[in-house]
Amino acid sequence: MIRFIWPFVIFVVLAGFLYVGLSLNPREVPSPLIGKPAPEFNLAQLHDPTKQFTSQEMKGQVWLLNVWASWCVSCRVEHPVLMALSRQNIVPIYGLDYKDTREAGMAWLREGGNPYVLSASDTDGRIGIDYGVYGVPETYVIDKEGVIRYKQIGPVTQQSLHEKILPLVAELKAK
Amino acid sequence: MKKVLILLFCLLPTFAYAGEAKDLAEDPVLEKRMIGLAEKLRCLVCQNESLASSRSELANDLRQEVREQMLKGMNDQQIIDYLVARYGDYVLFDPPVKSYTLLLWYGPFVLLLAALAGLMIQLRKRKTKIAEPHLSEEDAKRAADLLNTSKDL
Repeated sequence: MIRFIWPFVIFVVLAGFLYVGLSLNPREVPSPLIGKPAPEFNLAQLHDPTKQFTSQEMKGQVWLLNVWASWCVSCRVEHPVLMALSRQNIVPIYGLDYKDTREAGMAWLREGGNPYVLSASDTDGRIGIDYGVYGVPETYVIDKEGVIRYKQIGPVTQQSLHEKILPLVAELKAK
Repeated sequence: MKKVLILLFCLLPTFAYAGEAKDLAEDPVLEKRMIGLAEKLRCLVCQNESLASSRSELANDLRQEVREQMLKGMNDQQIIDYLVARYGDYVLFDPPVKSYTLLLWYGPFVLLLAALAGLMIQLRKRKTKIAEPHLSEEDAKRAADLLNTSKDL
């Protein structure tokens, strides 16, 4: 009987690994930018293209950079969460309108509400590449020194907001 | 007139061909180099496709980015570093040997060695279990006789 124990143990361990593997989300690729300075950019503002928005303006503040687009379906899922967050005035949310036209972007914000202090237009997706964006929406938590502390891939949910983003924001603000 | 018409007709397919060729890359050598590099890179949107074969929007942009960087004179390694800095090691189909990929690279060999060691131990054990059968002289003679008779048949 004892000789069958080892194959059985190996089987159970293997099955355990495979089971855990099944529950992981392969779309969540860890970003190499965490703990690194947020790539600097200087883009035209969505609502007033004559004005620029520079990421350096945000030095000294903890802020969220939310990558969105009017064509992005899951952005509609996180939108109410962002709207509620913007009303609480805990942390400023800035938008990066990724690969979108100005008209479509503005129309979507008119229709669904605008949670952003302002949005910058990344029309050709260049800044998106610098930030390693591969699935919109993505949200970055950036600290006072301009370092990326957290990246949320996919929609911000109530759960991720309360378990990760808000505690992290509070901690970074206290620094 | 007729000759001119025939001549024009002869030119027709040439025009069509030239039109199609324009849609391809402006620089075939660069395009070949780009595809060669992009085949080693993973598209993050459709994860098991290479950057060369993916039709996703992001892959399109990244291929364009690679082309532009090649035009700027960057070598393949510099371009790979550029992409890894933004998207992580995950963009590489060949994961680099690092402390946390050691198990991935050498784990199979460790398993193979362990299996071989297990096999050796088993074989040794069996060797001691199966004692060499001892034949008395009489038995040996009988056996030899039997073998000889069967040979005659």
